[in-house]
Amino acid sequence: MPMLLSTVRKGSRVRIAGLPLGDMRSQLIRLGLMEGTVVECLERLPGGTLVLLHSRQEVAVSTELAASITVSSL
Amino acid sequence: MPSPIVDTGPERALTSKTHPPQPHAGHHHPRTDILAGDPSKRKLVLVGNPNVGKSVFFNYLSGLYVDVSNFPGTTVEVAKASYLEYDLYDTPGIYGVSSFNDEETVARDIILNADLIVNIVDGVHLERDLFLTQQLIDMGKPVGVAVNMLDEARHQKLDIDLAALERELGVPVIGTVATQREGLDAIHDLIRSVREGRQNPSLHAELHRLLSVVGSQGEALLVLEGDPVIAARHGLKTVVSSSRDELYIDRRNRVNTIVAQVVSHAQTGRRLSSLFGRATVSPIWGLPILAVILFLLYQFVGVLVAQDLVGFTESTVGNRIVEVAIKGAVARNAATEITVERVGAHDEIIAERNFSFPDGRFANPALWKEAQDFASGHTANWTFKYSNPWIVVFFGEFGAITMTLTYLLFLLMPLVIGFYLALSVLEDSGYLPRLATIVDRTLRVIGLNGRAIIPLILGFGCVTMATITTRLLGTNREKTIATTILQLAIPCSAQLGVIAALLATAGPAATAIYAAVIFSFLVAVGTSMSRLIPGETSALLLDLPPMRFPRVGNVVQKTAYKTYFFMKEASPWFFVGALAVSILQVTGALVAVQDLLQPLVVSWLKLPKEAATAFVMGLVRRDFGAAGLYSMDLSPYQTVAALVTITLFVPCIASVVVMLKERGLKEGMIIWTGSFVLALVVGGLVAQLLI
Ligand SMILES: Nc1nc2c(ncn2[C@@H]2O[C@H](COP(=O)(O)OP(=O)(O)OP(=O)(O)O)[C@@H](O)[C@H]2O)c(=O)[nH]1
Ligand SMILES: [Mg+2]
Repeated sequence: MPMLLSTVRKGSRVRIAGLPLGDMRSQLIRLGLMEGTVVECLERLPGGTLVLLHSRQEVAVSTELAASITVSSL
Repeated sequence: MPSPIVDTGPERALTSKTHPPQPHAGHHHPRTDILAGDPSKRKLVLVGNPNVGKSVFFNYLSGLYVDVSNFPGTTVEVAKASYLEYDLYDTPGIYGVSSFNDEETVARDIILNADLIVNIVDGVHLERDLFLTQQLIDMGKPVGVAVNMLDEARHQKLDIDLAALERELGVPVIGTVATQREGLDAIHDLIRSVREGRQNPSLHAELHRLLSVVGSQGEALLVLEGDPVIAARHGLKTVVSSSRDELYIDRRNRVNTIVAQVVSHAQTGRRLSSLFGRATVSPIWGLPILAVILFLLYQFVGVLVAQDLVGFTESTVGNRIVEVAIKGAVARNAATEITVERVGAHDEIIAERNFSFPDGRFANPALWKEAQDFASGHTANWTFKYSNPWIVVFFGEFGAITMTLTYLLFLLMPLVIGFYLALSVLEDSGYLPRLATIVDRTLRVIGLNGRAIIPLILGFGCVTMATITTRLLGTNREKTIATTILQLAIPCSAQLGVIAALLATAGPAATAIYAAVIFSFLVAVGTSMSRLIPGETSALLLDLPPMRFPRVGNVVQKTAYKTYFFMKEASPWFFVGALAVSILQVTGALVAVQDLLQPLVVSWLKLPKEAATAFVMGLVRRDFGAAGLYSMDLSPYQTVAALVTITLFVPCIASVVVMLKERGLKEGMIIWTGSFVLALVVGGLVAQLLI
């Protein structure tokens, strides 16, 4: 069931299903955030900024970016 | 030209506009270059992801100091030093070699030009960091790898097989804990044994084909990966970016395989610092923690340093001891009128006496003794009036020597030290990227993303340095907005200190009004710029480093360096400014200037006409101008109006120079002149409404 990363709830783990196109896509792949990668949503801030955990690294992601990434539940 | 971050040692001039010359003949573009250095010296370049410890390595190897802080993007300019027979370079942190942003452009050119590379990686985040490592290897560069942060890897019970990593990459690998100097003695051998590693075999044919066109394997790889800048340099069209993604995915998969082979992980509980780090970005605890941090900052900088400490150093040590000693010494043989006031606990005058020494005080030791006796045992203000105009210029009311000394050493230096100490603790703790996370949404209102909070906060230390740090923002639009806000609405440490001291006298209502005006102005400027400048705000994608206890040594060293540069930068301007004001005063021109500015200062800003002096001083440096207000008698609301005006001035000549360099002549000039107009308009409106 694909959904947007921006809608995942705090504490849930999801698998990345699709990335945005363009430079951002290359940058995410570089960081290891690509199709198939599992990420955990550590925090959801008011306004939708997310804190993700991905192989021991905490990453802050704005809600616009998260809305361009699709994920599927595990 | 200021050298805002590092000393004369490392040369810093590489911007995205200056490219180093290419190592191969045939494809020359005329390029100005400081990085060429001594052509007989080989270039040893430190490369790595952001915040992995490159600058700690650089400092260790070079014996110099460049900024070390716990947030990604500390180093935004290349620093250069000599190390053994090499030219050693520290570079901005990057996640890969390409042209996605300024840091990458700067790093890319120096990497292409490197003779050998020491790649520093974070042992805890090998998955992330080895992507760059593999890319460097694919570029055919001789590489040695230092796996740093092994202390944190051990803490997280990560077991890293360095020998296996060395085998997989095909380049030498050492393990280090740079901050404790553990393993650093091995770096010498590492540098001697760097070599080209195991390239991705599937790249081979393509690279070979391109190599004949572009001349170096590094550039060939970048062209293959669709780097538009490098391709254009060789008159080639960029390959479509889908081929880049394929190469990236390929490399990413290879890295994941390597990591699976060399890292084993025993699950452990969470560390306390990571729990705290988590809390700082939680919707419930985030704001209370921010409030506590701001409160502590205010208590330390605003109360302890700006009021208690500066009250002591400025009026007691500066005015009553040092200045009296100097002026008294000058009065030995010079005709002097001395006034001594005894003052009470609230600076009210209890008793006053005049002592006249028409032939200098040596001619009348008895009277001098009387003056001293009158002062002794009381808090006393001394005023020296000399008849010789030259003496007045250097030692009188605005004496170039005495005023520079008091302002710099006893007013500003303690403030600057206090600020930098507080900022360094903040920078080294790892809190700033978390603050960026919680303000991300809010900053969007003014067209910025959360990351921009980092230069804005650094601006409270030094606007000049912070203007350079705007490079870590994603787009030109964001850089322009952030630079404007920095130049107009963020008071730097020296100035904020004086402001805090003045507002302390003016009272809480004045303070609240001042803060509200400056804040609303900041929001108004940001919002309108965000509306006016076309384009979008880039998305926040920010690594949050672990929270760490700041290392005392680094905090002290960083504070010392920054204070030193502040003093070095500000002292000549203060002296020249004080000299100019003093000469204006002696020649009577100051009164003329004050009369000339009377409509503006008295009618519009509703200040005493002497305040014109402070504004003239503020044209040179706004901290200097604010300091000029320090000795004036203003009502609380006049203080607010004067401070609002001077705060919105451009900070100092150095910041203007840097701004022009970073943002270009046209944009820089607009911001510069705009600041004076807006300052007078807003300051005047405040005055008209309040006074
Ligand atoms: N625990 C630990 N901390 C380290 C180690 N090496 C560096 N640090 C800390 O990591 C942070 C980043 O160090 P820097 O030298 O500024 O990193 P950098 O790679 O130059 O970072 P950028 O300039 O932002 O790319 C600082 O807070 C250092 O004190 C280490 O081996 N162990
Ligand atoms: Mg650095």
